[in-house]
Amino acid sequence: MTASIDIRDAFKTFGHGPQAIHALEHAKLAIRPNEFVTFVGASGCGKSTLLRMICGLESLSRGSIAVNGQPIAGPGVDRAMVFQHYSLYPWLTVTQNIKFCRQLKAHTRDRTSADVEKAAGRADALIRLMGLSHVADAYPSQLSGGMQQRVAIARALMSRPPILLMDEPFGALDAQTREVMHDLIRHVHRMEGSTIVFVTHDVEEAIYLGQRIVLMAPRPGRIDTLYDVPLPAERHQDMKLTPEFLALKREILERIRETSGMKTDLEQLARLNADVGADAALTTD
Amino acid sequence: MSASKRAGAGGSPLWQIRSAIDPRQYWLLALFGLVAPLVAWLVASHLDGTDKVFLPGPADVLARIWSWATDDDLAADVAISTWRVVAGWALSAAIALPLGLFIGSYRAVQALLEPLTDFIRYMPAVAFIPLVMLWVGIEEGSKVAIIFIGTFFQMVLMVAEDVRRVPLAQIEAAQTMGATRSEILEKVIVPSAKPALLDTLRVTMGWAWTYLVVAELVASNSGLGYAVLKAQRFLQTDKIFAGILLIGLIGLLIDQGFRLVHRKAFPYLAGRHR
Ligand SMILES: Nc1ncnc2c1ncn2[C@@H]1O[C@H](COP(=O)(O)OP(=O)(O)OP(=O)(O)O)[C@@H](O)[C@H]1O
Ligand SMILES: [Mg+2]
Repeated sequence: MTASIDIRDAFKTFGHGPQAIHALEHAKLAIRPNEFVTFVGASGCGKSTLLRMICGLESLSRGSIAVNGQPIAGPGVDRAMVFQHYSLYPWLTVTQNIKFCRQLKAHTRDRTSADVEKAAGRADALIRLMGLSHVADAYPSQLSGGMQQRVAIARALMSRPPILLMDEPFGALDAQTREVMHDLIRHVHRMEGSTIVFVTHDVEEAIYLGQRIVLMAPRPGRIDTLYDVPLPAERHQDMKLTPEFLALKREILERIRETSGMKTDLEQLARLNADVGADAALTTD
Repeated sequence: MSASKRAGAGGSPLWQIRSAIDPRQYWLLALFGLVAPLVAWLVASHLDGTDKVFLPGPADVLARIWSWATDDDLAADVAISTWRVVAGWALSAAIALPLGLFIGSYRAVQALLEPLTDFIRYMPAVAFIPLVMLWVGIEEGSKVAIIFIGTFFQMVLMVAEDVRRVPLAQIEAAQTMGATRSEILEKVIVPSAKPALLDTLRVTMGWAWTYLVVAELVASNSGLGYAVLKAQRFLQTDKIFAGILLIGLIGLLIDQGFRLVHRKAFPYLAGRHR
């Protein structure tokens, strides 16, 4: 199952008057069915805001977002979200967390016994796919951060969502665990055929995972540049050292630096150093 | 000072912030904490010149509890007092739990009710006694009403806070899975807040006991609080001690009961229980 996403001139302003924060302006983007798009950009450029707007958790100040041509209004079962953390239910076991959506009316309308069986089969398959078999009856608090994120991903996939939204899902994980999770999520993308929108701080992660990279810039938050990733559909970790990969990484990092205002920070630092030098000169006098 | 000894670490595990200690050490310290004041009391009451009316000894108080139990129907006093406290507290809980749930879940309800509750909770429960007598009368209901007034407003605010502490990500995750508002309340907010709610019930039960003496000020002729008040009139210091100790003991037992239920009902919090 898959779906297209159309972001049509979306705006988001928090607050009113002089204190208003322009989190997003003139965002336009068409995401194709089964595309894997990654969003990068400096902190505060509105990545999370845009993702939450696609999810329906945040309203738009202007413009619209359409899924398969239908404008969205609020969250829906066609769009699943994986949060950075604290979203699992600590009172439920791993299996119960993954099956949580089965308790909701939205997923159990015309429920036949065949459906129930199919759902049980899917939960088992996801538990195996995510390597959670040995902790299926454990509580989230007994799992490492990486394992908890596997559960969160499995829970999001349970209802076969055409669209999977992820906001820095691996931000708190160590480098080795992240690499494992990257290959896992690419595998999911191929198997499930879902459209994936993935927000990250990590440019390498963005290139390795994405078919297309959306670079956002802050103040006001906006979409700055789109990059097509010149890598084959099938990927492996060695590709991170190829010249194309490194060239794109350099280009994107450079652009993030340009748009984030880090340049001025460096100037500040230089000025500060100069002042320290002057002070030192004074005291040695 | 050795180089390995940093602030907040090193040294005996007893003095490391939040570090676990040996269970035997824990129980020894707890026992010492309970026995030491008893010994201090024993010594102070046996010093020369200590008047029994001023400070009765532990033996006097025990004897008094014994005679209270055999001649004065202590069991009835305990029963009626426990009934009053539990009834006032249960009435509070029955209203505070749903109300707090709505205050904590809906900003509009919060705006409507929280400032008012905040205002009322600063009013002293004792000062309501004349009003309670006027409105409720001087029957059993008035004692329950005083305990209700003493606990209810605090309880509502604590329940609302427990509900607000449910992580937003847990609620939003359910929304993205298509949960309706009532499903979010029933399947996310309530189960997520349950451990904190049970703690709130435990703490407010303690407060309810502290209002017992106040409640039994109102035209009583039974109960532990009433016994303490009457003993005060006749300067029976040993009975005052006995009453206070018994109230403390019952409170402690109920508190331990709540903790036991907490451990049994929320096994997934194993790390938090000791
Ligand atoms: N609920 C809110 N109320 C007010 N301002 C908000 C709110 N949510 C986000 N903002 C502001 O909108 C801007 C964009 O925030 P957003 O979280 O989308 O950035 P981000 O790109 O995800 O940043 P990060 O990389 O640090 O996660 C920021 O200036 C932020 O302070
Ligand atoms: Mg963010």
